[in-house]
Amino acid sequence: MREAPHMRTPMRRVRGLGAAHSGTGQFWHQRVTSVAGILLTIGLLFIITALLGRSHAAVVQILASPIVSIIVLLFIINTAYHMWIGMQEIILDYVHDETWKFLSLMANTFFVFAVSLASIYAVLRLSFGV
Amino acid sequence: MAEFEAGTAAGAQRPRPLSPHLQIYKPMLTMMMSIVHRITGAALYFGMLLLAWWLIAAASGPNAYATFEWFMGSVLGQLLLFGYTWALIHHMLDGFEPAEREMLTLATLVGSVTLTLILWVVGYLVMGGPR
Repeated sequence: MREAPHMRTPMRRVRGLGAAHSGTGQFWHQRVTSVAGILLTIGLLFIITALLGRSHAAVVQILASPIVSIIVLLFIINTAYHMWIGMQEIILDYVHDETWKFLSLMANTFFVFAVSLASIYAVLRLSFGV
Repeated sequence: MAEFEAGTAAGAQRPRPLSPHLQIYKPMLTMMMSIVHRITGAALYFGMLLLAWWLIAAASGPNAYATFEWFMGSVLGQLLLFGYTWALIHHMLDGFEPAEREMLTLATLVGSVTLTLILWVVGYLVMGGPR
């Protein structure tokens, strides 16, 4: 894990790069996004706790403040990548039929894009007050 | 002798020897937990829909937000949120991969439940009690 740059064997450069076709890169990215995720989750839990029981107007006002918006946006982007890799890992481990593998990997990408872009759109709309 | 038949037609028909499967091993807490890490991960994956709903509701206006608050305040909503909180905290804690020892794994489980309860007590205190 620590020597990620050295984990690329000569075989990795010449062959199909494993089931995910991307070598050890994503393994490393998953570790990086998990560390970032811990920090951002703590931030998000603070924000949510502070918003509990508040009126819609107050929630909107707090969510729209720059620091809060930025933390929420970072959380969404970081989580989107982390969950995309994680679900891909699960699919590649359990789905062996080529057609189903292809379809579920595609569904994974669609789901992650739809959910994260919808969330990002909502936060931006709140911050710019359109 | 079986290995000499491997390339022949008879050998190909015969089921090849299998390595020991999961059910051979004594079920250990550590094994369970590695599966739990995946299960919580998958649950959190779909749970992101809740975050999206919350943000979209807030951006849509007071009525949409009231619907969201009503659902999250219901028994089902509270159960979902509680499960989501625990899954989130547990997924973070056992992501540290302390799984070499049974005791550490147990500590992770106890820790995640305790932290979840503390967070909920704080949450309810902030709100001034369950509504």
